[in-house]
Amino acid sequence: MALLEVQGLTKRFGGLVALQSVDLAIDDGMIAALIGPNGAGKTTFFNALTGHYRPDQGEIRFKNRSLSGVTPDRITQAGICRTFQNIRLFGEMSVLENVLVGMHARIGVGLVDILGRSRRFYARENQAAERAVALLALVGLEGKDEEWASSLAYGDQRRLEVARALASKPELLLLDEPTAGMNPSEAEGMMALIEKLIGTHVRSVLLIEHNMRVVMGISHRVSVLDYGEKIAEGTPDEVRRNARVIEAYLGLAKQANHA
Amino acid sequence: MKNWCFTGGLVGYILLSSLLVYYFPRSVLAFLAFEASLLLIYYAPVSRAVKLSLATAALVVVLPLIGTINGYYLEIAIQVGIFVALALGLNIVVGFAGLLNLGYVAFYAIGAYLWAIFGSAQANEFIAGGYFPLSQAWFFVFLLLSIAAGALTGALLGLPVLRLRGDYLAIVTLGFAEVVRALVNNLDKPINLTNGPRGITPIERPPLFFRPLLEGLGVAVDPAALYPLYFYFIVLLLLLAIILVTRRLEDSPVGRAWKAIRGDEIAAVAMGIPVVRMKLLAFAVGASFASAVGVLFAAKQVFINPESFTFMESIGVLAMVILGGMGSIPGAILGATAVTILNLQLLKGLSLWLNALRQSGVVFTLPLLGSFDLTQIPAQFEPAKYERMIFGLILILMMIFRPRGILPPQKRGSTKLTTGGSTKLTLPRKIEEPANGAA
Repeated sequence: MALLEVQGLTKRFGGLVALQSVDLAIDDGMIAALIGPNGAGKTTFFNALTGHYRPDQGEIRFKNRSLSGVTPDRITQAGICRTFQNIRLFGEMSVLENVLVGMHARIGVGLVDILGRSRRFYARENQAAERAVALLALVGLEGKDEEWASSLAYGDQRRLEVARALASKPELLLLDEPTAGMNPSEAEGMMALIEKLIGTHVRSVLLIEHNMRVVMGISHRVSVLDYGEKIAEGTPDEVRRNARVIEAYLGLAKQANHA
Repeated sequence: MKNWCFTGGLVGYILLSSLLVYYFPRSVLAFLAFEASLLLIYYAPVSRAVKLSLATAALVVVLPLIGTINGYYLEIAIQVGIFVALALGLNIVVGFAGLLNLGYVAFYAIGAYLWAIFGSAQANEFIAGGYFPLSQAWFFVFLLLSIAAGALTGALLGLPVLRLRGDYLAIVTLGFAEVVRALVNNLDKPINLTNGPRGITPIERPPLFFRPLLEGLGVAVDPAALYPLYFYFIVLLLLLAIILVTRRLEDSPVGRAWKAIRGDEIAAVAMGIPVVRMKLLAFAVGASFASAVGVLFAAKQVFINPESFTFMESIGVLAMVILGGMGSIPGAILGATAVTILNLQLLKGLSLWLNALRQSGVVFTLPLLGSFDLTQIPAQFEPAKYERMIFGLILILMMIFRPRGILPPQKRGSTKLTTGGSTKLTLPRKIEEPANGAA
């Protein structure tokens, strides 16, 4: 059974059709990739999945429950969490605090606990801090928990985004260009991390990626968007050989690589 | 060893400055020297226990004693306390949650009028039976009621405007405050609720419930002398409660959620933070503080009218928060204290001094420019008129040279979480500053 099922998702901005009846299914344990040229609608798809945009048509079902009309915070609480392409960390908070913010809905203390400083408050907060430290170690940011998030190096900021998203205990993790701006060895590390997460921290991953080495290296299924339409889907090898994909995407990507 | 040296120094300084106030009861500088002792205590490299006990001694023992020498200083202390409480409340809304509120004074007015109407004969105008004014003991009930009333109005204002951001929210809150002011100004007809611009007086003060005790001890009770002290301690207790609540909220998932919303609302909501609920909470908590302080203000002043709740008051409190450092509790306290003392003492003192100089007929002689007779200065240049200008200049300079405020918020690594002294957090890493964490 699919963890996530999207059917006929359509999103328009005025006259522009950003997503045209897109279907997508993600199975348990799967790393799925969403690729496509710039402006193909990949991030719009993420925004619709996480409730930031309200789709005009279509149905999103997560664990067999419909997500239409559900607010973004509830969707996160239901088990879908994302990272952002243009990093959106809380710059004026420490690295550890950023991860703790991700745990907000999972800490489970009420105002009475907070104001009364109950035993439960300390227990839960300390648990959260320990989990945050463990998550930071997992993504390779150990020892940096006291730094300002904004002072981290670019690659570290991407890793912190992943740790922060993991903090919300998602079952489906959405990664928006997790290796953008990383050098090859950093990207290698991120690939290993994503593969390690499946089954241990999350059930499935959906990633948007431009780096073809990453996409072809780790994903089980690749879906290709072009002008808001899904033009191909299959294993990395199938997609690589698909004529429409080569025309719409890989040709462009090669030129972009030369530029 | 070092600890003891500094402690001794601080005690010496407090005693010395108190003696100065004792021998020069009318000197602004002497009292300023005493006030500075609190700042020294805050900054001194001594343990937290020492800081707390010294600050307690200064605020609970020394300051009331000074107040018996010169009652005006107690009045200043009470006003400082009121503004510190207001600044702490606004700091939650603007500093923590990043919601620019330009109408904060409205909640202050709501609290003040709540007690003013029922704690005076005013309520007889629309409730028959002559039950009013309520007896003094009701003051404490209304203090609690005002917290609920403030929270409720704060949430009510918050509900429709939460989708607005930044400038738009600021304009709506500004409008709200003007609506509240216009209402209290005009609700003297058709039913006389607020007595309009004439204001309400006399308002009941809190009960002297300890009077029999004092008389039993053989102390002559003079309410006129006792009330300032009494109000001073009520303000102090209220402040203590407010600081405690604010600190606990700050060091909790709620405080982190507020800061996250301030930093990036889209990212905050994507992390599962119920943004609407958290913003409402910030509005409600901030408003409840202001409302409670309003009750106290009405009881202290005995007379209130709409003039006390103008837009300038909101701006004044906002300036305190920004000056001190948005999002920082020590910053809000210091900002409110500095601005209030600046307004009540320093600038007033300067005005008086310049006026005295002017009237004494001093003639300045400047080389090349000739001589100036200060008595000849036209009325437009009266020293009292410089007050706001100097205040404005200070604000401008602060924003240029220290835009994050005097005491900007500290970075939090959450390492200082301790369970109130019983069991300490054991994280698999170093815990910084054990000296400060020794609670």
